[in-house]
Amino acid sequence: MHSEARASTGLKIGAVAGLLFLHLPILLIFLYAFTTEERTYQFPPPGLTTEWFAVAWHREDIWPPLYLSLKVAAVSTALAMILGTLIAAAMARSRFFGREQIALLIILPIALPGVITGMSLRSAFAVMDIPFSTFTIVLGHATFCIVIVYNNAVARFRRLSGAVFEASADLGANGFQTLRYVLLPNLGSALLAGGMLAFALSFDEVIVTTFTAGQQSTLPIWMLNELVRPRQRPVTNVVAIVVFATTFVPILLAYYLTRGGSETAGGGK
Amino acid sequence: MTGTSAILPERGLADRLSTLFWRRPKLLLLLLISPPLLWLGIVYLGSLAALLLQSFYSIDEFSGVVKEEFTLKTYGELFRAANMDIIIRTLVMSATVTITSAFVAFPIAYYAARYARGRWKAVFYLGIMLPLWSSYLVKVYAWKLILAKEGIITWAAEGIGAGFLLDAVLSLPWVGGNSLSTSFIGTWLVFVYVWMPFMILPMQASLERVPLSMLEASADLGASRRQTFRTVVLPLAMPGVIAGSIFTFSLTMGDYIIPQIVGTSARFIGQAVYQFQGTAGNIPLAAAFAMVPILIMLVYLALAKRGGAFDAL
Amino acid sequence: MTAAVSFHRVSRHFGSVRAVDQVNLTIEEGSFFAMLGPSGSGKTTCLRLISGFESPTSGEIRIFGQDVSHVPPNRRSVNTVFQDYALFPHMNVRDNVAYGPMVAGVGKAQRHAKAEEMLALVKLDGFGDRKPGQLSGGQRQRVALARALVNEPRVLLLDEPLGALDLKLREAMQDELKALQQRLGITFVFVTHDQGEALSMADHLAVFNEGKIAQIGTPAEIYDKPRTRFVADFVGSSNVLPPEVSERLGGGKRWSSLRPEALRLVAPEGAQLSGTVTGLRYLGAGTRVAVDVAGTEIAALAPSGADIPAAGAAVGLAFDAGALHLMEEA
Repeated sequence: MHSEARASTGLKIGAVAGLLFLHLPILLIFLYAFTTEERTYQFPPPGLTTEWFAVAWHREDIWPPLYLSLKVAAVSTALAMILGTLIAAAMARSRFFGREQIALLIILPIALPGVITGMSLRSAFAVMDIPFSTFTIVLGHATFCIVIVYNNAVARFRRLSGAVFEASADLGANGFQTLRYVLLPNLGSALLAGGMLAFALSFDEVIVTTFTAGQQSTLPIWMLNELVRPRQRPVTNVVAIVVFATTFVPILLAYYLTRGGSETAGGGK
Repeated sequence: MTGTSAILPERGLADRLSTLFWRRPKLLLLLLISPPLLWLGIVYLGSLAALLLQSFYSIDEFSGVVKEEFTLKTYGELFRAANMDIIIRTLVMSATVTITSAFVAFPIAYYAARYARGRWKAVFYLGIMLPLWSSYLVKVYAWKLILAKEGIITWAAEGIGAGFLLDAVLSLPWVGGNSLSTSFIGTWLVFVYVWMPFMILPMQASLERVPLSMLEASADLGASRRQTFRTVVLPLAMPGVIAGSIFTFSLTMGDYIIPQIVGTSARFIGQAVYQFQGTAGNIPLAAAFAMVPILIMLVYLALAKRGGAFDAL
Repeated sequence: MTAAVSFHRVSRHFGSVRAVDQVNLTIEEGSFFAMLGPSGSGKTTCLRLISGFESPTSGEIRIFGQDVSHVPPNRRSVNTVFQDYALFPHMNVRDNVAYGPMVAGVGKAQRHAKAEEMLALVKLDGFGDRKPGQLSGGQRQRVALARALVNEPRVLLLDEPLGALDLKLREAMQDELKALQQRLGITFVFVTHDQGEALSMADHLAVFNEGKIAQIGTPAEIYDKPRTRFVADFVGSSNVLPPEVSERLGGGKRWSSLRPEALRLVAPEGAQLSGTVTGLRYLGAGTRVAVDVAGTEIAALAPSGADIPAAGAAVGLAFDAGALHLMEEA
């Protein structure tokens, strides 16, 4: 056999180095959360301590942004799951005029940079004199979360042979029975995965949020402020770990829910 | 068999509704699609329209109040030297980041598509997806730690006696700076780190579609491994590269957090948009600035479409 | 006999495409009816019109005399075995089979008993706990059959039911389906593009071409007396002769068909037809000899053991008077 079955050493090194490049930096955050150095990013840390977790726990300015972020992410995810599923159901099973344009419209909020979505919403709020509130944040988040749920749902629809819905009707089930006994059991895990990814995306989002939050602070905005004007750097590290974990866990779960399928692949942010 | 009727009885409202939807499938489609379309139409397209509208307004220079009259004056302001600098700086950075990403992403995508099997396939998949999805801000923050003057890179460079090399790089004109975290090199590194995964996925997708038999055919016809790579693999991977470049280019162009945290005080488009709408209170100019990436991306997408990039998505 | 299914000037158009065009059709109760035709001929659309997945653009469809044109699939007492089986991937075999009774509101114990009974009927006892993904193609086919029969339909529709099976299994299933139909006594309507399958299984068949029925009849009628060139060509591998040749052979001035197996190879002198051998194809049971007769290629089937002429040899062809079948087309 001509040697296509084996990768060359150069390619192996390139691939592994690339993956390390993607992963090592994140690990550093964990180390820095335990440093005893408070004012600089000195490496290696002069000493290790766990006191920052306690300090962060007692910092009262962290909790309200955390609650706000959780609230926004929960509401946006719920909205996106409803809207994303509806549009996936409509798009997956039928061909109609304007279908391509609608597909483009769904993907646009994440294909265009966040600054445009954010600035657009900001302009609209200015034109219509809408004051900033939790609601204005949710408007933005739900909009770019729809595509995440949509991508997951539509991929599962595609994998599911259309004949199973016909088989269900053929055997006497009405539309609602088909929905309950055939569609939802097959779509469920994909929807759950989409919801988790949407939650992770919303919880972490900062660019659009800075345009729609006004004076309110979500956890990422709190972190951004700390990055620009640091106070207790190790506390920021602790919060970074919390944010990382809050997004990491749903992503991992989403992966296990859609394993074997192609839902998350290519369906980027 | 029993002589029952050919038609089964209707049982309740659910059956009646199902019958209605069976007779009028368009009605069901309309019911499904209306709520999401209304949302996207009003919230998203409405906002884009508002953005366009605002960009044709102007600001009264004395009172600072937005004048709601149609004018091209605000667009004219984009052509001031300082603003043109911002646009050009952003474009150069986006292009550099895109090209670098393509080079770094290729070995990963190629290995994952062609050689990774079984457990390794999963490792690669997660290895690409996790950094892509994990917290944006945390990733940027991690680099702030790495690139800081007292951080791990300085430490490592000095540890292996290469401190002079780092100093030499930092003393380069334009791209250098006081430390990596306050230089364009730093900004560029972080951009590549954050947006590169978006290049890997479409690249991998298009490489996976190159059938093994095609490579064998090329080898069978006498091509060396290098020739096969250059004449078969690369051209077939190109649509994926272009598709990936849409993401890296667009996302870099619109980002304003990374240059704010890691970089010099020279601004990028995203920062200009943010500052004009915020502290400066000049929403029309911010809106006009936001139109720049939109227009550039429209041109970019039109070109990419010709290059067949959408088949790789 | 009552008609199980009847079509009255039924059309189904998709935009400008006339998938089914003014079809009249009667399927007798208790028959094993085949719809045969190439892909795109309208046979599958006809089946979907009976099950209710398509609605007629015009015309009327009756099942046991009742107009069902406006009745949705879930309320028609017909059931379908789908081409790719369409088993519910998230349910085990038992729940798949018990699906019909479940949505009809039958209790768990009762519907499971019913499912086991059906699984026994298709010889899949003990497979109830498996998932469809763990079954072979032939087993899935049986599950699909059991699932469609559990509702005791009066008409069973089969959409290319054996298409995905390999040859050996397909032949075994043909016999089994035939036996099952005779035992249950219900009407089977099945769609296929395989003429051998249609001829061997059906007691009546309709040959579809371009949205219309080209011919309808028993397998023997269709095979021996094709009405059009299309039918003669599609069913079997008949020699289709142009009007001039038919006339010369003693028929009228119309297109005719002549089966290869009805032709005997004889000496060229004084034969009804004579020409040169242009090609030979060994078929196991015999050899197909292609003969060029004044510009028209005519194939004869020489039984094994007969003397096979070499390519280029001059041969004569003989046949009995009744073998030449004149068709309707002039």
